[in-house]
Amino acid sequence: MSDSLSATTIFLTGADDAEVEAYLARPDGEHTRGGVVVIHHLPGYDRATKEMVRRFAELGYDAICPNLYSREAPGADPSDAAATARAQGGVPDARLVDDVGAAAAYLRALATSNGSVGVIGHCSGGRQAVLAACHLDLDAAVDCYGAFVTGEPPQGYPLKVTNLVDQLPDLRAPLLGLFGKEDKTPSPEHVKELDERLTELDKPHEFHSYDEAGHAFFATDRPSYRVAAANDGWERIASFFDTHLAGRDS
Amino acid sequence: MCTYATVSEQVEGSAKGPGGQWFHVTDATVYYDHPAHAMAEHTLNIDLADPSRGPGARLAVELTRDSATRLVRAIEEALASAPEGM
Repeated sequence: MSDSLSATTIFLTGADDAEVEAYLARPDGEHTRGGVVVIHHLPGYDRATKEMVRRFAELGYDAICPNLYSREAPGADPSDAAATARAQGGVPDARLVDDVGAAAAYLRALATSNGSVGVIGHCSGGRQAVLAACHLDLDAAVDCYGAFVTGEPPQGYPLKVTNLVDQLPDLRAPLLGLFGKEDKTPSPEHVKELDERLTELDKPHEFHSYDEAGHAFFATDRPSYRVAAANDGWERIASFFDTHLAGRDS
Repeated sequence: MCTYATVSEQVEGSAKGPGGQWFHVTDATVYYDHPAHAMAEHTLNIDLADPSRGPGARLAVELTRDSATRLVRAIEEALASAPEGM
């Protein structure tokens, strides 16, 4: 398989008719393949996230990342956009679902699509990946250390975020969860609760929690980066998507 | 997102921001979370901004917890040294 790819900026149309910027990376060639929607972390639609989008193209998927802050801060520096969105209370859940839905529809409309689309997110995006998979027709979901899937946000928490416990019965895609044992958001107790609830609900899931890793262990540009956990995590993501994004007609 | 509260406050003053230009600031946002640039897992982050001028009208600092604590003391000490009304 070739690792040649191309990447560019495109624009989606949100459910509210807003223009939503998105970063698209595609493998070269006309063969059919699955798609991956990447949800950026709270710090924004940044270089590190776009590197991940290109990595999914290198792994053989059409991959896209919508800029969740397009409405608040179109064209702004990612950190300025993130600060603006934070000051306004964060991204509403319903809008997130709509934007991920628009991104998934874009991927499925590509001539190269095999019909399968997965979603992945890190940090706040991990929670949002689970949220999207509770409301959209997706084939696989990956939650990398998403906080507040279970557990309670602190009292007075200004971001408009709740846990997803009451939505988990609607989860309609297999879930891969990757966590650090030294993380506090989510803590090992939060991960255990999620594992138990999904087992009780008979939802297919696969969790891995890494020793000597905390929050954001995939982030190569931060001191939280843990090479062993990140390398193993990437292998598990590749294997998980290989299994679940092989095509709806395969 | 991943840690604690965001505290907002109205402020009145100026900051030197993008392009080395001074601008009027009206809003302060303070939160303890992952930094965008500082080499620490968490930092105390302060944004001084004028939202009416767009997302780029922002002065941002990211300080380690110890640094932020010392800065608070320094600000309080400086204020205490000047009588009210000055």
